[in-house]
Amino acid sequence: MGLFSKIKEKLNNKTVFENKKQEEKFSKGLEKTRKEFSDKLNNLNKKYKKVNSEYFEELEEMLIMADIGVNTVINFMDRLVDRARKEKIEDPELLKELIVDELFIIYVNDEILVNKINYSNNGPTVLLFVGVNGVGKTTTIAKIAKREKDAGKKVLLVAGDTFRAGAIEQLREWGDRLNIDVIYGNEGMDPSSIVYKGVEKAKNENYDIVLIDTAGRLQNKVNLMKELEKINKVIGNFIEDAPHETLLVLDASTGQNGVSQAKSFKEITNITGIVLTKLDGTAKGGIVLAIKEEVNIPVKYIGLGEKAEDLEVFDIEKYIYGLFKEMM
Amino acid sequence: MFEELGDRLDKAIGKIKGYGSITEDNISDVLREVRLALLEADVNYKVVKEFTNSVKEKALGEEVKKSLRPDEVFLKILKDELLALLGEDKVEIELKKNPNLLMLVGLQGSGKTTTIGKLANYLRKKHGKKPLLVACDIYRPAAIEQLKTIGKSLNIPVFEEGKKDPVTIVKDALEYAKENNNDYILVDTAGRLQIDEALMDELININNEVKMDEILLVLDSMIGQDAINVITGFNEKLPLTGVILTKLDGDTRGGVAISARYLTNVPIKFIGVSEKLDGIEEFDPNRMVSRILGMGDMMGLIEKAESIMNEEDAEESYKKMKKGKFDLEDFLKQFKTVKKLGSLESIIKMIPGAKKMGLTNIQIDPKEVARIEAIVLSMTLEERRNPDIIKASRKERIAKGSGTTVQQVNKLLTQFEQSKKMMKMMSNGNFKMPF
Repeated sequence: MGLFSKIKEKLNNKTVFENKKQEEKFSKGLEKTRKEFSDKLNNLNKKYKKVNSEYFEELEEMLIMADIGVNTVINFMDRLVDRARKEKIEDPELLKELIVDELFIIYVNDEILVNKINYSNNGPTVLLFVGVNGVGKTTTIAKIAKREKDAGKKVLLVAGDTFRAGAIEQLREWGDRLNIDVIYGNEGMDPSSIVYKGVEKAKNENYDIVLIDTAGRLQNKVNLMKELEKINKVIGNFIEDAPHETLLVLDASTGQNGVSQAKSFKEITNITGIVLTKLDGTAKGGIVLAIKEEVNIPVKYIGLGEKAEDLEVFDIEKYIYGLFKEMM
Repeated sequence: MFEELGDRLDKAIGKIKGYGSITEDNISDVLREVRLALLEADVNYKVVKEFTNSVKEKALGEEVKKSLRPDEVFLKILKDELLALLGEDKVEIELKKNPNLLMLVGLQGSGKTTTIGKLANYLRKKHGKKPLLVACDIYRPAAIEQLKTIGKSLNIPVFEEGKKDPVTIVKDALEYAKENNNDYILVDTAGRLQIDEALMDELININNEVKMDEILLVLDSMIGQDAINVITGFNEKLPLTGVILTKLDGDTRGGVAISARYLTNVPIKFIGVSEKLDGIEEFDPNRMVSRILGMGDMMGLIEKAESIMNEEDAEESYKKMKKGKFDLEDFLKQFKTVKKLGSLESIIKMIPGAKKMGLTNIQIDPKEVARIEAIVLSMTLEERRNPDIIKASRKERIAKGSGTTVQQVNKLLTQFEQSKKMMKMMSNGNFKMPF
């Protein structure tokens, strides 16, 4: 059974979402994204009675406009045109299911997707957040911290961005709002020393989970990437197997550069997942499909707003539902 | 920033060279290359389509057929068409009003606060303005702190009233500016989605109450195809007067620079090229196209050098170079000046023909640069003025003082001697640069 029909069936059995509230969150959060995407696909299907080369060209345009990687789209189109021809599909309505299936096969790729956080069995779980400037690392940390605290965990935040003006204050203010401890130093300090202090405190005072903020860095800046390497080492030297998760925070409006970001950060640290932020805008974040295909990093969380609770665990089925709701 | 796009276009041009002529048959192959290059740079899909169509039409024209060098003509077509997209004229920022009112708007994380610091610094330095920064991001935690820190490091005043209503803050800031003779008022606003009605209304209100002379949209250059929604969204609600593209010092191919003006008619006015507070440049379409097509940016280089060099110092160094009297003290001075220009890699990329000479792949290790500086700094003034006196025991002392080895000191001294000879030859006109 294809992915599309599987989700459709699950929907009928009401097993996709845990509750109505979660469904609404996905549906509303991805509303703008969907309007741009699924509506266009529906219109396309109304416009063409039969699939032909113009139909495929418009479809290709749609996918590229969703920032799905150019190569990924071209390969996808080749496969789709091929399947349509072989299976003699002429009705665009029938092609719709095929599109969803083929598109997300890239993502699922026969793997059992692990989007759970890898919690440590003994001692604190360390989560390191990395990414380029302005993607929303600090806000994301606040959101995940709230989740963990609500789940009854003892949480510690580490203000490892000692570079950007106001970054430390930003994390501290979140700490105050959420009533969570924050370890910080002064602007301009070596971030590794703060990180060391943080993991030390976490271990000695039995924190369950440590979230480490780092300065935004463009992936082509050699020195800053080396600094990150050092931070990573400091953590690993102090707590074995840590960081347990290194999450790359990615702005959903990022274009083709997202692949370069994923590749470069993965070279330096063991990126275990992506947090896709700002999906409540009109951006579609399609580049995560290319990243999954080319660098094999899955999305673990998505950000759907500026408030502490606007974060959801990423689930491909829910995401597809959010995007193609009207078509199901 | 645009090297990669340039390389890909180069590849397309190379194909034509291989074919020897442009025909209906082989043009599609070339255009496919151009199309991919642009799409992978995040140039808007529709723009790419129109661009390739019009390039095709011109490439199949008479002029190309007659030419013996169709690749060169093709390059010219690309250049002209790119310029047509970018808008040939450079659009200047408003400077005449007193006071000038400017507001920066944009999505979250696009770099507004850093950019406003850079802009204020630029206005003071280049146009002798007396700027005032106004903190209107009342939502993001510590946003006001961030602006205050930036203001402090630039020694530019920041007006803030905590989390008051932004309209009131701007009005009060105007009063403050009048009292303190600030002639350029720069308003920082909170990041927002262009579809967030309530927050967009806030900006509209500010502009209704206090008419802005400039409303600039700050846009992350890594943005993908959503760029068009963002620019159009902001432009429909506010009379945008320009765009500032940030983070162009990354490895983004910055396609939004190519499509923004064509699609929305909003000109790009500045680009952000580093995290430092002088990392902002005026946007010039002509230069941008030259850079994309690997033709260098000599004008930009000269402008950059002029902005930081002390004329008298430069004159003196030049005279000394000519006479072959250039010593390590002068070297140290120049060294510090060059360091202010930014990374050496970025300077090299602006040299016309740098790509053809294979200079763009040079990676300069900042540690090596620091080592050279440490060695020279460990010398006495006398030694710098007269490097010949540096013999074994002095070398040992210098090596110790700079944490290097005698071999490294030797290496530097030999290299210095060689370059001194070269400078003399160059200034006497006996030496031809390779470009």
